[in-house]
Amino acid sequence: MTQSITINVTVNEKEYKCEVEPRLLLSDFLRHELGLTGTHVGCEHGVCGACTILFNGESMRSCLIFAVQADGHNITTVEGLSSPHFGGIEGGLHPLQQSFWEAHGLQCGYCTPGILMTLVPFLKENPNPTEDEIRHALSGNLCRCTGYQHIVDAVKLASEKIRELEK
Amino acid sequence: MKPAPFEYYVPDSIEHALDLMSQHAGEAKILAGGQSLVPAMNFRIVQPSVLIDLNRVEQLSYIREEGDAIHVGSMTRERHLEFDTSLAKRIPLLTEATPFIAHPQIRNRGTIGGSIVNADPAAELPVLMLALDARLKARNVAGERWVDAQGFFAGMFTTALEPDEILVEIEIPFLSPRTGWSFMEVAPRAGDYALMGVAALVTLDESGKCKSAKLVYLNAGDGPVDAKEAAKSLEGKTLNDVLFESTAEIVSEKEINPFGNIHTSPEFQRHLAKVLTKKALKQAAQRAGESQ
Ligand SMILES: Cc1cc2nc3c(=O)[nH]c(=O)nc-3n(C[C@H](O)[C@H](O)[C@H](O)COP(=O)(O)OP(=O)(O)OC[C@H]3O[C@@H](n4cnc5c(N)ncnc54)[C@H](O)[C@@H]3O)c2cc1C
Ligand code: FES
Ligand code: FES
Repeated sequence: MTQSITINVTVNEKEYKCEVEPRLLLSDFLRHELGLTGTHVGCEHGVCGACTILFNGESMRSCLIFAVQADGHNITTVEGLSSPHFGGIEGGLHPLQQSFWEAHGLQCGYCTPGILMTLVPFLKENPNPTEDEIRHALSGNLCRCTGYQHIVDAVKLASEKIRELEK
Repeated sequence: MKPAPFEYYVPDSIEHALDLMSQHAGEAKILAGGQSLVPAMNFRIVQPSVLIDLNRVEQLSYIREEGDAIHVGSMTRERHLEFDTSLAKRIPLLTEATPFIAHPQIRNRGTIGGSIVNADPAAELPVLMLALDARLKARNVAGERWVDAQGFFAGMFTTALEPDEILVEIEIPFLSPRTGWSFMEVAPRAGDYALMGVAALVTLDESGKCKSAKLVYLNAGDGPVDAKEAAKSLEGKTLNDVLFESTAEIVSEKEINPFGNIHTSPEFQRHLAKVLTKKALKQAAQRAGESQ
């Protein structure tokens, strides 16, 4: 008999109560059960970074966490990024998202949600990063299109925007 | 769904976890950070029928000084090692090496205990445990025992743990006075498993000669490789580049046994070991001198 477990989880400031099988990955839970398809799935073994989300505010791979383990915890996905809680603008974009748009930080966009969820906590820790630090922070996220240069430009632009907003 | 089905338990104390381990010995696996176990389950390379999740056992997450050692709970995240101030002061080798483990997103979840029990020959923490003379505390329902890092690693992905045992604590002695350290590795990309890497420690005597040294390598054999003969060749000597050259030769020719992989040949790994040994010894000796 398959085990079914009830979990209570907060995703993007909204509370959900769901029944899940223990082997359901958090990435699949977000996409298939909650319909939050902004979290992408590439490799499912922790290497590509496309599935990165915030777990209690820290960036983690949602393909390497079971949904049951999120019980009682706080998850943020790319859909929640524009919330004022993260320095976003209600109904608009987070300054990092806006910068990706302006600096052409994406082509196909497959890697983008994971990169955004990696960089939001990074910019909080390091609001004025050097190019080397940005490239280092990006090392856990694969992008097959851009060659990274425009992503680096977007992060620089975002760090300026965020510092400006916080003045 | 990707992983095969399993029964899931989430104990909130060590005692409860040990009971579950004894009930399911042989079929149960501990789920720590899941950063090695879950990838293997997603590919169905491993299919445990029972998972015991330690993520709610808060008693297993701590870093504290006791006597002249630091005690670390096995569920302490790799990211916490990186930023702990008492580790930075007492055992700077560990602080310096931790950022080489994977990416921040992995270190936010991966644990010290998980990496040690996983015993990947390419991993940093097993090498550091050997270099630092750590002791590991294992528990089962019947009691506890301490195992030296030397006796813990038993080959490729294999340790001295019994199927019903849980690694609960790691004890790492402070670096002794007049000790310098260095950690160096070469990886294709920041955060990837390294092609070759070394942890070096050098302790000087009062006259400034080498009292003892330690050289331990990753990705150089079927577990962390302790280059004892090379380290011994430094003892009692005045340290200099000529000596480091011959020590590096011993390491690369005699003590390591790299297999190569898709990114490198064994010959290139031997070359890297030589270069890294010289650089690491130089840095460690310099730091030991500065601390005199
Ligand atoms: C993309 C990627 C890159 C990585 N790069 C590196 C790298 O460069 N260097 C590196 O060292 N590691 C790397 N890792 C691995 C990472 O450090 C893992 O976190 C670590 O190896 C395992 O720790 P864990 O807590 O996640 O353990 P888990 O995956 O939960 O467990 C690993 C194994 O140990 C057992 N286990 C865990 N804890 C205990 C315990 N307390 N008692 C008994 N058994 C236990 C489990 O049953 C399992 O068999 C990488 C991982 C990924 C996904
Ligand atoms: S899908 Fe999770 S890291 Fe690639
Ligand atoms: S934009 Fe296509 S993978 Fe990054």
